Amino acid sequence: MKSGVLNLVLKRLAITVVTLLIVLFAVFFATSMLPGDTASILLGQAATPEAVAGLREAMHLNDPAILRFLRWLFGLLHGDLGTSYANEMPVAQLIGGRFVNTMELAGITTLLSVPLALTLGITAAMLRGSIYDRTVTILSIGIISVPEFMVATLAVLVFAVYLRWLPALSSVNEAHSLTDLVRIYAMPVITLTFVISAQMIRMTRAAVIETLSTPYVEMALLKGASRSRMVLKHALPNALGPIVNAVALSLSYLVGGVIIVETIFNYPGIAKLMVDAVATRDLPLIQSCAMIFCLGYLLLITAADIIAIISNPRLR
Amino acid sequence: MTMARAVASRRSFLGHSYNLVGVIASLIILAWTLIAIFAPYIIPHSIGDIVDDDYFGPMRQGLWLGSDYLGRDMLSRVLMGARYTVGISLAAVAISCFSGVVLGMIAAVTGGWLDTCLSRFLDAMNSIPSKLFGLVVVAAVGSSIPVLILTLAVIYIPGAYRFARALAVNINTMDFMTVARVRGESTIYLIGSEILPNIIRPVLADFGLRFVFIVLLLSGLSFLGLGLQPPLADWGALVRENIGGLPFAAPAVIVPSLAIASLTISVNLLIDNLPKKIRDRDA
Repeated sequence: MKSGVLNLVLKRLAITVVTLLIVLFAVFFATSMLPGDTASILLGQAATPEAVAGLREAMHLNDPAILRFLRWLFGLLHGDLGTSYANEMPVAQLIGGRFVNTMELAGITTLLSVPLALTLGITAAMLRGSIYDRTVTILSIGIISVPEFMVATLAVLVFAVYLRWLPALSSVNEAHSLTDLVRIYAMPVITLTFVISAQMIRMTRAAVIETLSTPYVEMALLKGASRSRMVLKHALPNALGPIVNAVALSLSYLVGGVIIVETIFNYPGIAKLMVDAVATRDLPLIQSCAMIFCLGYLLLITAADIIAIISNPRLR
Repeated sequence: MTMARAVASRRSFLGHSYNLVGVIASLIILAWTLIAIFAPYIIPHSIGDIVDDDYFGPMRQGLWLGSDYLGRDMLSRVLMGARYTVGISLAAVAISCFSGVVLGMIAAVTGGWLDTCLSRFLDAMNSIPSKLFGLVVVAAVGSSIPVLILTLAVIYIPGAYRFARALAVNINTMDFMTVARVRGESTIYLIGSEILPNIIRPVLADFGLRFVFIVLLLSGLSFLGLGLQPPLADWGALVRENIGGLPFAAPAVIVPSLAIASLTISVNLLIDNLPKKIRDRDA
């Protein structure tokens, strides 16, 4: 039986690898559809046709797309992300520090939102139908239904405009003390936490409610177990798989949220870098940033699926 | 009279009754639809006219929603914005649901390698975060209205496909499908006359949800400055251009946000309050 689970997990991992290749090709293909010739853009209007042809040759632009794709892929495997068109710096160097910033933002948000969302989701499921449950449900539906930038503008309006507790913009370089640091991260983290938690609360609540309606929980109820014992001892261990699955899936919403949040708060992470790169049409930079995001997203949804496979008692 | 009849007919729409929240939600959706259609005839000022000496003006008589960062009438701009937000999203969701559902039904009926390849490929497409997909396409081909509609549609085809295929696979195992097959009916007949009528209700609910996703994504892209380009402005673009009014809590930045929220929350509430029979995935 154990090997059955192992097989399923391996199969899922293989699908991830194939998906990754398709995604990489899609990203490469989309970015190479750009109208206009890269070489003539780089050299400017005064370039002679010979110079353009020479540069095309040097950049291997005349090769078929599939060859260029393989070359790009090969470069990626060696950690060579190419050179940015806009400022002629290696992409890896541009991304390096900003990657750490984005991971910090994502990490802090995860640490805050997971306990918050689990507590709210599980308690809402326990008190199903109460005013508390309804408030939590309506608030989470509300947050899911509005765009991330609206949550961000509301947060700015409340915390920076009316209460004047926090600055509206982030600038990591100006952090000198702990309080500075808290003030800088506060707004982006608050916004992201709201966006991520809302998803997680809904999924957690649904998972717990589903286990609460199973025969063995009913048995515990009939046996005279208290409500909290029923949830914590009988339902929760069985809902653990679906809940962890929900957490991983919700965290994949970080990818979309971070793009908006970094732009709105001027936070120096890769998402901001990518949005700027789109504005200047800096292809190697867009490709690399897109690849990092897709990779993160794929890892999270793969993790969610594998957890779902492992925690399914019928497969064990 | 007509009002009463309208409510009564809505109450018994498709033979089901709706509760109050559902009725209010559908009225809000209806209102935005009408505004989107008739916007050019009801706006009090032309959207380009500068009518206020002050920028980010407050709400007052004549300028019911204040003025924007150039002193233009905000009410007119929000009403016209409805056109773009609702129109582009509707066009995109129609294309994506139509293609997704048709492909899903064909895959379920045909099975075999076509089903496997299509499912594998669309699952891979689904593994690209939607905002990222939008960013990359906009970088590659720009953001004219047709490109935006197609991009938004393509992003949500895999979801619609997956949903419709899962439903159609269940129907496909029914006896009447075997009978129809034995009769020698064509694939087009099978998906159009046997499968579609059996999955149309959950598919319509899915249509609504996908509409919300598309409105949110379009607004997000426009907010980043990568969606609709000036002088056109949908609600997301209106928030972006007036973001400077945020420190003064100007209505110009709050109202378009509220417009988006009212539309998306209404659609979500309407779907949540649909009778179980329509909403259920395995109805």
